[in-house]
Amino acid sequence: MANIMYWEAIQRAHDEEMARDPLVICMGEDIGVAGGTYKATKGLYEKYGPLRVMDTPISEGGFTGLGIGASFLGIRPIIEIMSVNFAWLAMDQMFNSAAKVRYMSGGQLTAPCVFRSAGGAAHQLGAQHSARMEKVFMGIAGLRVVTPSNPKQAYGLLKSAIRCDDPVFINEHELMYNMKGEVPDAEYFHPLEGSDVARAGTDVTLFGYNISVHWCLKAAEILDKQYGISAEVVDLYSLSPLDRAGIKESVSKTHRAVIAEEDEAPVGVGSEVIAIINEECFFELDAAPVRVHSALVPQPYNHTLEKAAIPDHEDVVKAVLKLFGKA
Amino acid sequence: MKIEDKKRVLREMVLHRRFEERCYQAYIERKIGGFLHLYPGQEACCNGVMEAARPGHDYVITGYRDHVHAIKCGADPKEVMAELYGKETGSSKGRGGSMHIFDADKRFMGGYALVGGPFPLAAGIAKAIQLKGGDEIAICFLGDAANNQGVFHETMNMAALWKLPVLFVCENNLYGIGTSIERSTAVIHQHKRVAAYNIPADECDGQDIDIVYEHARKAVDHVRAGNGPFFLELMTYRYRGHSMSDSRGYRSREEEEVWKQRDPILMLRDRLITAGAMTMTDYETIEKETDAYIENEVIKFSEESPEPRVEDLEKYVFADRETQLPWLTGKAA
Ligand SMILES: Cc1ncc(C[n+]2csc(CCOP(=O)(O)OP(=O)(O)O)c2C)c(N)n1
Ligand SMILES: [Mg+2]
Repeated sequence: MANIMYWEAIQRAHDEEMARDPLVICMGEDIGVAGGTYKATKGLYEKYGPLRVMDTPISEGGFTGLGIGASFLGIRPIIEIMSVNFAWLAMDQMFNSAAKVRYMSGGQLTAPCVFRSAGGAAHQLGAQHSARMEKVFMGIAGLRVVTPSNPKQAYGLLKSAIRCDDPVFINEHELMYNMKGEVPDAEYFHPLEGSDVARAGTDVTLFGYNISVHWCLKAAEILDKQYGISAEVVDLYSLSPLDRAGIKESVSKTHRAVIAEEDEAPVGVGSEVIAIINEECFFELDAAPVRVHSALVPQPYNHTLEKAAIPDHEDVVKAVLKLFGKA
Repeated sequence: MKIEDKKRVLREMVLHRRFEERCYQAYIERKIGGFLHLYPGQEACCNGVMEAARPGHDYVITGYRDHVHAIKCGADPKEVMAELYGKETGSSKGRGGSMHIFDADKRFMGGYALVGGPFPLAAGIAKAIQLKGGDEIAICFLGDAANNQGVFHETMNMAALWKLPVLFVCENNLYGIGTSIERSTAVIHQHKRVAAYNIPADECDGQDIDIVYEHARKAVDHVRAGNGPFFLELMTYRYRGHSMSDSRGYRSREEEEVWKQRDPILMLRDRLITAGAMTMTDYETIEKETDAYIENEVIKFSEESPEPRVEDLEKYVFADRETQLPWLTGKAA
C-alpha cells in the first residue's frame, strides 16, 4: 500500500494503461507539456509523446467529438475537460454521440471513451467556475457516471473506466487532488457499479459521494462522540447507475437516511436517492429522509457568501439531530 | 493622438500597471481570492483601441482578464478593487470577483470566464445597437487562443452576414495558459482566419500605443460608418503568468526579456521626454501620485467597505419578485 495523492493515483492509472495498450491515448488542454492543471497527466508527454498525449486547442466541442470519433475505431481516449464548467461545450458530443451511438446503430458502433473532469466549488472561483454538474450527467442513458472520493477509487475507477466498453464520465473535485490515501501496490480495478460502506453504523445512513463523503465521515465521528448516534456512511461513487441494492440494504438496517451533496437540491442525487428509498424500502423508514445541499444560487465570489451557499459536515450533523428530534 | 492626450494616457497606463501589481500583492496577502489574471505588458492594446473609440459610449465586453478594460471604460478603480476584495461596494457587489467585473452604466458589459463566450454576446450587443439605431459600436476584446472555439466561426459568419457594428480585437499574446500558439493553432496570424467570412482585418504591433491607435482608428471608423464588423489583431505579450498559480515553465526568461525591451509604458514615456513634453522627474511624480492614490483611496476604500450580508445570499438570482407578480402568479396587476 502506498500513501499517495489523488492526482498521483489518477496519473498512475493513466501510465499503467498507456504502457499496456498503445491504443490508450489522452487529450485535453495543457495536459501534455504543462503536465495538466492538476498534474493528473504529469510526465506522460515525455514518456508517450505528442501522438498519444495530445495538447488540444481550447475547442471542447471539437476535441471531445474527435476523441469519440477515434473511439469508434477502437482507440481508448481519456479526455480531460479542465473543469466541468467547460463541459457544457462538450455535452452535445458526449450525450448525442458517445452515449447514444451503440443504441442507435443497433450495437454496431461503440464509444469506449473516458471523460474526466474537475467539478465542485473550490475557493472563490465565482459563478462560472464553481459548478457541480453531476446531476446533468447522471440522467443520460448510455453514459456511466462515477465520482471518486479518495485516491484508491480515483485510481481503480479510472482503470475500470478505460477497460469498460461503455463511455464513462468521471467527476473529480478541484479540492481533492492533493488529498492523500492508501492505494494498493498491485494493479486494482474498482467496480464501476455499486457503493462502498465507508463506515458501518446502525442508527442512520449518511449517503455521500465525492467530497460529501468526507463531510459524512466527519459528521459520523461527531454524532458518535457527542450524541451517541451510530451513523453508517455509504459512499455512492457510482452515480449512474445508482446502487439500488446498496441503498436498500443500508436503509433497511438503519431506518433513517440523510443525503449530503454539494450540488443544489433540484433534480439532484438526493432527490434520486429518496425516490429509490421510496421505491425499494419505504416501509422500513422511521422518519422522512432529509437532504443536505447547496443554496440554489449561482456561486457567489465573496468568501462569506460562498461558505453560506455550500453545506459542510456541521449541516449533516444538524440534519441528523433534527431527524432524531434533538434539534 | 494629441500630445495632451498622450500625457493623459501615459498616466492612465501607469495606473493600470500599478493597479494590477497591487492586486498581485493583495492576492499574496489573501485579500483577493479565486482566480486572478493580470494585464501588465498588454496596456497599449486596451488603451490604444479605446482612445480611438469612445469609452463609456461604445459597448465593451471581454474575458476574465478584465480589470483594465473596465477601468478604461470609466469604472471607478475603487469599485473594481472592492470587487476583488469581495465587498458589497464592489462593481458586482462582491458577487462576481476578478473574472466578472461589470459596469453597465459605463457600458462595460462584463468579463466572462468561459473562453470564447463573449464572441456571440458582442455580436448580440451589436445587433441591439443596429435595431436601436444608435451610433455606438460593440468592441470585443479576447485572446488568441479563444479563436479556437467553434463559436468564433459561428459569430464571424453571423456578424458579417448581418453587417453588425462590432469590432473584434484579438490580443495575441502568443499563449493560452501554458500552450504556445504554434502548438495550439494552425495559423499564427489570427486576422487571416476571418478572411473566409469577408471580414476586413488588420494586424499591428500591440506594444506601441501610437501604432495601435492609428490602426484602431481605421478599424473603429470602418465599423461606426456602418460597414459591418472588423477584426483587429494586436501582437502583444503578458509579463506575468496566466493566473497566479502559473510559474511560466513553458517559456524562457530570455523571451520575456525581449518583450520587456519594448514595454508599452516606457516607450510612450521616452517618446514624450524626447519630444520635450515631459521630464523624467514628471514621470516619477506620476508614479508616486499613482501609488499614493492606489494606497490612500483604492485600497483604503476596499479595506473599509462592508461585506455583503449573508441574508442577501439569494439577492440577484431573479428579478425582485414584487415587480413580477402578474407574470409569476397569473393574476393581472
Ligand atoms: C471554455 C473554456 N475552456 C477552458 C478554459 C480555461 N482557460 C482559461 S483562460 C485559457 C487560455 C485562453 O487564452 P487566450 O484566449 O489566448 O487569452 P489570454 O489568457 O492569453 O489573454 C484557458 C484554456 C476556460 N476558461 N473556458
Ligand atoms: Mg493568449
